[in-house]
Amino acid sequence: MIDFLQLLIYGIVLGSILTLGAIGASLVYGILRFANFAHGDMMTVGAYLALVAVTTTGMSVYVALPFAMIGGAAIAIFFDQIVYKRLRRTVPIILLISSFSTALILRSVTQLIWGPKNQVYEAGISLPYVVGGVRIRPDHVTIFVGSVLLIIAFHLFLKYTMAGKAMRAMSDNVDLARISGVNSERVFLWTWAIGGALAAAAGVFLALDTRLHPEMGWHVLLAVFAAVIVGGIGRPYGAIAGGMIIGVATELSTMVFEPAYKPAVAFALMVIVLVLRPTGVIKGQP
Amino acid sequence: MTTLLEVIDIRAGYGEADILNGLTLTLSDNEIAVIIGPNGAGKSTLMKAIFGLVSVHGGDIRFAGQVISGRRADQIAKLGLSYVPQERNVFASMTVHENLEMGAYLLRAGLRDHLSRVYDLFPQLQERRNQIAGTLSGGERQMLAMGRALMLDPRLLLLDEPTAALAPRYVAETFERIREIRSQGIGVLMVEQNARQALAVADRGIVLVMGQNRFEDSGPKLLANREIAEMYLGG
Ligand SMILES: Nc1ncnc2c1ncn2[C@@H]1O[C@H](COP(=O)(O)OP(=O)(O)OP(=O)(O)O)[C@@H](O)[C@H]1O
Ligand SMILES: [Mg+2]
Repeated sequence: MIDFLQLLIYGIVLGSILTLGAIGASLVYGILRFANFAHGDMMTVGAYLALVAVTTTGMSVYVALPFAMIGGAAIAIFFDQIVYKRLRRTVPIILLISSFSTALILRSVTQLIWGPKNQVYEAGISLPYVVGGVRIRPDHVTIFVGSVLLIIAFHLFLKYTMAGKAMRAMSDNVDLARISGVNSERVFLWTWAIGGALAAAAGVFLALDTRLHPEMGWHVLLAVFAAVIVGGIGRPYGAIAGGMIIGVATELSTMVFEPAYKPAVAFALMVIVLVLRPTGVIKGQP
Repeated sequence: MTTLLEVIDIRAGYGEADILNGLTLTLSDNEIAVIIGPNGAGKSTLMKAIFGLVSVHGGDIRFAGQVISGRRADQIAKLGLSYVPQERNVFASMTVHENLEMGAYLLRAGLRDHLSRVYDLFPQLQERRNQIAGTLSGGERQMLAMGRALMLDPRLLLLDEPTAALAPRYVAETFERIREIRSQGIGVLMVEQNARQALAVADRGIVLVMGQNRFEDSGPKLLANREIAEMYLGG
C-alpha cells in the first residue's frame, strides 16, 4: 500500500508535467492544425532559460519561473513568425515536418550554448517530508501546486476572456470565427504565447524533478503526445485528463513491469486509445 | 435608396477552376434580394466570395463604396457585413450565450443592449442561453446562427438557405423574421431553396445558373414568369 501511494505521488508529479506540455500541444493542434514536434524542445529551452536566471542573478528557481515562461512564449512566437507564418495555407504534414526542423534547431542550439552535460538548479538534497511512511519531496509539492495554479489560470483565461473565447471559437470553426470578426493572426500569437509559456513551465518542473539536459524535452515528447491523444486531440481540457492518466499509469506500471519499460506505457496507452476511442477518453463536443 | 453592395463581373472558385464566371449584381440598402438556382450553381460560393473565404480571381466587390475583394473576413465584418453560412453556422462546442458574444466580438461596449435585442427577436434563445449549441434542434440552431449574425447591427446580412433544415411551420416564421430584420434598415441577400415563399418577400430575385446571373427581376415578376417557373421553381 505504501509502495502504491508512493508511486501514485510520482505519477501525479509526472502527470502534472505532462499536462502542462500537453495543453499547449493540444491547443496548437486545435488552432494551427498540426502536431508540433518541437513542443518537447520548447520545454527544454524553457528549463535552460530558468537556469540562466538562477545562475546569473542567484534568484531561486521559483522566481525564475515567470521569466522562463515569458521567454518560452517569445521563442514560440519567434518561430511562428519566421517559419510557420509562411506556411499557413499548406497541408498539415508540411507544418509537421517544419516543426521537426524547429525541434532540431532548438535542441542543437541548447547543446551548443549549455553543453551536453546534466545540470541542476541548486546542488544539494532537500529532505523529504514523511507522511505515514510515504516520502514527499518538497520539489514535488512545488511542481504539483504550481501546475494546478497554472491550469486554473489557463482555464479562467479560456472561459472568461474574449481572447480565450476567440481561441475556442477558432478551434471549433475557423471560417465562422473569421466571419465574426476574429483576426486569426492575433489568435495564432495568443496560442503560441500560451503554449510556449506552459511548455517552459513544464520544462522547469521536469528539470526540478530530474535534471537539466539538452534532450530532456525530446525524451518526453512521446508521452506528451500520448497525453494529447488520450485526452482527445485538439481538446485542451482533455489534455489534463490525458496527462494525469499517462503519468500515473507510467509510474504504477513499475509495480508489475521492469522500470525499463516505463516509456512503453505511454505508447501502449496511446495505441489502445487510438484503436478503441480515437476521439479520446473524455466525452462531449470537440 | 443608395447602392450597398456591388458585385462586378467576378470570377472565383476553389483552387484553379472558377465556379463563378463573370457574375454581376447590385443591392440597395433596405432591400431583400433572393438568389435561387440549381444545386451546385455557385450560390454558396458567391456568399463566400463576398466574405473573402474563397479566392477571387477577377472582378470587383464593393460594399458601401469601398472595394472589399482581397480583404480579410474580419476586416469585412468590421464594415457592417454579416453572414450566416449554409453549414456549420454556429460554434457547436460553445454555449448559446457564448455564440452571441462571439457575434459581438468586434464590439467594445454595450454588449447587454445588443444581447437583449437579439433575445427579443428570438426569445427561445434566452431560455437556452447556457446550453451547448451543438445540442440545439435544427430550428434553434438556425435562430442562433441568425442571432449571432445580427449582434453587431450589420448594414447587410448574407443568409445562405436559412430555412433549409426547418420544419414547414417554422419556414413562414423565419421569412417573417427576415422581413422584420429588413424593416430595421438592414439589407438582406439570401440564397433560398424554398424559392416561391422567398421570392414572395423579395424586392429582387436573381436566378443563378452555372456561375452567372441568368435572370434578374422583382420577386413577384420572377414568380409570374412562366419560363422561370417551369425551369427553376418546379412548374
Ligand atoms: N470547398 C470546396 N472545394 C471545392 N469545390 C467546392 C467546394 N465547395 C463547393 N464546391 C463546388 O463548387 C460548386 C458550387 O458549389 P456551391 O456550394 O456554391 O453551390 P450551391 O449553389 O450553393 O449549391 P447548393 O444548392 O447545393 O447549396 C459545386 O460544383 C461544388 O462541388
Ligand atoms: Mg449552397
